[in-house]
Amino acid sequence: MSEATLAPPAGGRTTTANRNMVLSSLRNGDRFFFWATRLSAWIVLLILGGIIGSLFVGAWPAIREFGIGFLTTQRWAPNAQPDPVLGGLGPIYGTLVSSLIAMVIAVPVGLGVAVFLTELCPQKLRQPISTAIELLAGIPSIIYGMWGFFVLGPFLAEYVEPALIATFEHVPVLNQIFKGPASNLSLFNASLVLAIMILPFITSISRDVFLTVPPVLKEAAYGVGCTTWEVVKNVVLPYTRVGVIGGIMLALGRALGETMAVTFVIGNSFKIQTSIFAPATTISAAIASEFAEASDVHQSALILLGLLLFVLTFIVLAAARLMLMRVEKKAGN
Amino acid sequence: MASLYHSRKRRNAIAMGLCVGATGIGLAWLFVILSTLLWNGAGGINLAVFTQMTPPPNVHGGGLLNAIVGSLIMTTIGIAIGAPIGLFAGTYMAEYGRYEKLTTVTRFINDILLSAPSIIIGLFIYGAVVVPMHGFSGIAGALALAVIVIPVVVRTTENMLLLVPQQLREAATGLGLPRSVVVQKVAYKAAKTGLITGLLLAVARISGETAPLLFTALSNQFWSIDLTREIANLPVTINNFINNPDPNWKRLAWAGALIITFAVLALNIAARAIGSRSATK
Repeated sequence: MSEATLAPPAGGRTTTANRNMVLSSLRNGDRFFFWATRLSAWIVLLILGGIIGSLFVGAWPAIREFGIGFLTTQRWAPNAQPDPVLGGLGPIYGTLVSSLIAMVIAVPVGLGVAVFLTELCPQKLRQPISTAIELLAGIPSIIYGMWGFFVLGPFLAEYVEPALIATFEHVPVLNQIFKGPASNLSLFNASLVLAIMILPFITSISRDVFLTVPPVLKEAAYGVGCTTWEVVKNVVLPYTRVGVIGGIMLALGRALGETMAVTFVIGNSFKIQTSIFAPATTISAAIASEFAEASDVHQSALILLGLLLFVLTFIVLAAARLMLMRVEKKAGN
Repeated sequence: MASLYHSRKRRNAIAMGLCVGATGIGLAWLFVILSTLLWNGAGGINLAVFTQMTPPPNVHGGGLLNAIVGSLIMTTIGIAIGAPIGLFAGTYMAEYGRYEKLTTVTRFINDILLSAPSIIIGLFIYGAVVVPMHGFSGIAGALALAVIVIPVVVRTTENMLLLVPQQLREAATGLGLPRSVVVQKVAYKAAKTGLITGLLLAVARISGETAPLLFTALSNQFWSIDLTREIANLPVTINNFINNPDPNWKRLAWAGALIITFAVLALNIAARAIGSRSATK
């Protein structure tokens, strides 16, 4: 029995009238809540539309001015006379190459940590170590930038870079990539900072997909006398391939768009150089360091760069999600 | 036979050694970064940091009060706008439209927004708020943060509500409760710790964000809590101070960095502690 029927008639209304009032207020509340939640779900989609729309509107003057040549021009001269010359090739190159080097460093390390956590680590230490690695993802990106600028950069320039330069001095091709002089601010420095930042993403996703391997598969492999390494290589990795690649792509999406850390350490040079020890720039670093002072077509060109970055990360992240969704389906069955 | 056995064992030892080494490297980074922060930041922390305004260049003393307050204001507004939208959207996806097309699409888009570059969010708010308002403002910064909060909250809300046993809802519905009351009084209550975890993670996520504030809230040398004007905030202040040769500004920047990092890490650990406590229950 609900209270509405037990309460004495109030305000001169009959019990039925009161009951109807309560019911209709419940009905209205129900309808309101439904539409509020539905509208909110739509807002998520609208945000995406808003991002694409506002970037496109902002980028339009630059698209009209430079057209497709924006993608192939290296010169970035916002103050050139009579008209500014702005080409996006430098930052696009820097974005792709820094992320690529970061992946080359972070993927093996990240997978190594995941293997350690799932196969080797004593049960008791598992949680604390995973948490510590994941805390790396919690540190704000500007902190990585400061640390890269004041600690890692000088260290690399002092010890690591000269060693690499000397090692590859007489090897063709490589001596162009590892070419001096060593520098605090470089593509290499940025890549290393990026690698540290994306490590936790690779580790936590790989660990989660490694745990989806049915124990019976691993036990069977151990049963026929496989070593841990052979189990990982021949059972775990083939079984979780799609998920691991999904996790790697997710980390790549992060690396492509990382801003503050890179801005601090990459040196902001729009010139493309073969040496990874030379300063460079990325799309996000270019936007972060120039946008506030830019105007007119310069600003529009930066927004166009932002649009390109968004499209690029969208594709990478969408591919990553599709792969991870396949894994979830498999795990669910 | 023996040599094959030994080479397999050796290979295993090398591979596993590398895995242990990788873990050591990962943990070493965390240790090195935190100790750098403590080393450079701890000396700069004093009462004045929390009670005085940011100083002009080449002046002794001063603090970060206006930046800390500005950050708190924008974070609060960002959460106040973003969290309800995220909560409602996640509720729709888990409670009303679990098998709808809208849910599938929203979940997919939300996951992408979750990892979208935060500087793009800054550009979006610049175009959508700063340009029409003819100037940088605290409200623009708060909106940028809200856009970052939404996907975090949507994700955790949906996940947590999906974990609520269906029988609870059926029992409540069997009593004749309308759907919205079932959701608010039963499902939310059952998922409470998870929802709080999501909220804490969202706060942690936006507390350190710098890129989306660079050209939305900008920063402010002076005390201002007027949301329609530039407002000081900790991340951008750190960014401006650290790039300046003035040693006093540098000191404050490191102190600010230490405060922000430990606040964020504490939030992360708190979120985890609450989350795992509810998981073991």
